[in-house]
Amino acid sequence: MTMQTRKLIGSFRGVRWSRLLIYAVLTAFALFYLMPVYVLIVTGMKSFAEVSLYRMWNLPSGLHFDSYVRAWFGSPGEFRGLSLNFMNSVYLTVPATLISAMLGSMNGYVLSKWKFRGSDVLFPLLLFGMFIPYQSILIPLMQTLSKIGLYGTIPGLIFIHVVYGIPITTLIFRNYYAALPTELVEAAKIDGATIFGIYRHVLFPLSMPGFVVVMIWQFTSIWNDFLFAVTVTGNPEVQPITVALNNLAGSFVVEWNVQMAGALLAALPTLLVYIFLGRYFMRGLMAGSLKG
Amino acid sequence: MRRLNWERVASVLLIAPSALAIAIFVYGFIGFTGFASLTKWDQLLPDFTLVGLHNYQKLFAHPRFQIDLRNTIVFTVLFLGSCLVIGFLLAVLLDQRIRGEGLFRSIYLFPMAISFIVTGVVWRWLLNPGIAGAGSTGVNLLFDKAGLGFLKWGWFTDPTVLYIHPESGVGQLLQRVGLGALANPNFGMSVGIISVVLAATWQMSGYTMALYLAGLRAIPDELREAARVDGATELKILRHVVLPLLKPITLSAIIILGHISLKIYDLVVAMTGPGPGFSTDVPAYFMWETTFEGNHFSRGASIATVLLLMVAVLIVPYLVYSTRTEAEL
Repeated sequence: MTMQTRKLIGSFRGVRWSRLLIYAVLTAFALFYLMPVYVLIVTGMKSFAEVSLYRMWNLPSGLHFDSYVRAWFGSPGEFRGLSLNFMNSVYLTVPATLISAMLGSMNGYVLSKWKFRGSDVLFPLLLFGMFIPYQSILIPLMQTLSKIGLYGTIPGLIFIHVVYGIPITTLIFRNYYAALPTELVEAAKIDGATIFGIYRHVLFPLSMPGFVVVMIWQFTSIWNDFLFAVTVTGNPEVQPITVALNNLAGSFVVEWNVQMAGALLAALPTLLVYIFLGRYFMRGLMAGSLKG
Repeated sequence: MRRLNWERVASVLLIAPSALAIAIFVYGFIGFTGFASLTKWDQLLPDFTLVGLHNYQKLFAHPRFQIDLRNTIVFTVLFLGSCLVIGFLLAVLLDQRIRGEGLFRSIYLFPMAISFIVTGVVWRWLLNPGIAGAGSTGVNLLFDKAGLGFLKWGWFTDPTVLYIHPESGVGQLLQRVGLGALANPNFGMSVGIISVVLAATWQMSGYTMALYLAGLRAIPDELREAARVDGATELKILRHVVLPLLKPITLSAIIILGHISLKIYDLVVAMTGPGPGFSTDVPAYFMWETTFEGNHFSRGASIATVLLLMVAVLIVPYLVYSTRTEAEL
C-alpha cells in the first residue's frame, strides 16, 4: 500500500465515523421528538385492562379503540366527550380562517401596490398587534363583547380571531404581493382597469399560494388557541376543543388513556395539515419572523 | 389644490376597516387596560376612582408576583438557551448533505403544529414522577429501564428553589461587594420550571432549527469554499465564517422565542398550573386567575401592562429596525 492510498483510506475512515456520529445525533433527537407521539398513540390503543402508568412504554396487546370512543362520546353522568367541542372548533376555525384570509389579502394588496402617504407608518403599527400579550386587551375585550352580545358565542370568537389575525395575514400577503412585478398592475391601469378590477382579474388569480400559506397559518393558530377561547366561552356547549381537552385532562374521573386519546383527537386536524401541506406550513412560519 | 384621485380614496377605504379595528382593539384596548391599572376596580362592577401607581406598588411587593418575575426570567433564559443551542446544532448537522434530511426536518418541526394544551397534557404524564413506593412512571420509568435511575427526580412536583444562601461563602462575598440582595430566594430558581422548559423546548426547538437552516442555506457556497482553499478546518469555517453571518437569524430567533416565553400561559395551564409554592407560576397565569376568577380587575390590568411593557421593550426596536431596513431595500 502506498502512502497515498493509506492516507485515502484513513480519511475515508475519519469521514465515515464522523458521518456515523452525525446520524446518531440526528436519530437521537428524532427519538426525543417522537417520544411523546409514541406514548400518545400506544396509550390510546391499549385496552382499559392493560392501561397502567407503570407499563406506559409497553406496546399494546392489540388494536383497541375504546379510549378514543370514550374520549369522543364521553361517559354519561361522568364526563362529556369531545365530539361537540371538536365540531365547535370546526365551526369556529373554518369561517374565521376564510374571513381573515380575505381581509389580509385586501390589506396586503393596498399596502404593496397602492401605497399612500402614511402607509409605511401604518404597516408597523398594524404589525405590533401580532406580538402583544393578549392579556393586555382581554379585560376591555370581555366588556365589549358582552355589550354587543357576542360574549360566550362562537361568532364572538370568530370576530376576535379575524381582528387579531389582521397583522399576520396582512404581513404575509403584503410580502407575497410585493414579490409580484408591479408592471402587472401598471399595465392593467393603462388598460383602464380600476383598483377593484386589478385585484379581481390580475392579483387574485395569482394569489393561491399566498392564500394557502395564510389559511394554514390561521387554521393552525385558531384551532390551537386557548387563551381567547377560555376567556370568552364559559359554557361547555360552546367551548372549542382546546378548552374542553384541558377540562378533560384536569378532571379526576377521566382515565389518563382517555386523556391521551383526547389529546390526539385535538391535535389531529393540524397534524394532518402539517403532514400534507408541510411545505406551505414552513413558509408561514418563516413569514412569522417578519422577513419572508 | 391637487385633484383627488378616487382610486386613492378607494385604496384608503379598503384598508380603513382593518386600520380602525386595530386602532380600537389593539391600541384603544391597551389604553383602557393601562387606565384600568390606575383605578380602584377590584370587583365585578367597575370602579374608576384613580389611585395612581398604587396597584403597581402593591403588585411589585406581592410575593407571588415576585416569584412570577423570577420564574419568567429563569424560564426565558433556559428556554432561549436550549432552543438556540439545539436548533443551531440540528441545523448544522442537517446541512451536511444528510440522507433523509426531509424526514428528519419534518420530525423536528411537527410539534409546532400542535397546541400548547396538547403538549402540556402529554408532557404532564411523561414527567409524572410516580408515587414514592409504588414505582416510577413516565420518563423516570424510562431512566429506570435504561439503568439511569440516578437521573430520576420529582420534575414539576419538586418545590425546591435554588438560591445563594446569605450565610454561604458566595453569599457573604456578595454582601461584602454590596450585592447581598442577590443572595435571596427572589433571585433563585425553582427547579420545577425545568419541566416546563423541557416541554416548551420540545415544541419550539424545531422552529429554531428551521430558521437556522434557512440561514445556512442562504450562505453562498463560494464563501466556505474560499475558506477551505485557504486551509481552514470545518470547525474554523463554522466559527469564523458561518456564525457571524447567522447573527441576524439569532437575533430574530431571540426576539420571537423571547416574546413567546414572556407570554407563556397555555402550557403552564395544561401541564402544571402554578405548582407547589408557585414554583411554575408565571405572570400570565397570575393575571388570568386574579382577573377572571378573583375579579381583581385593576391588579390584573397592572400585570397585563407589565407584561406588555416587557414584550414592547423586545419587539418595538425590532419592528422599527426590520421595517426600516426593508424600506431601504
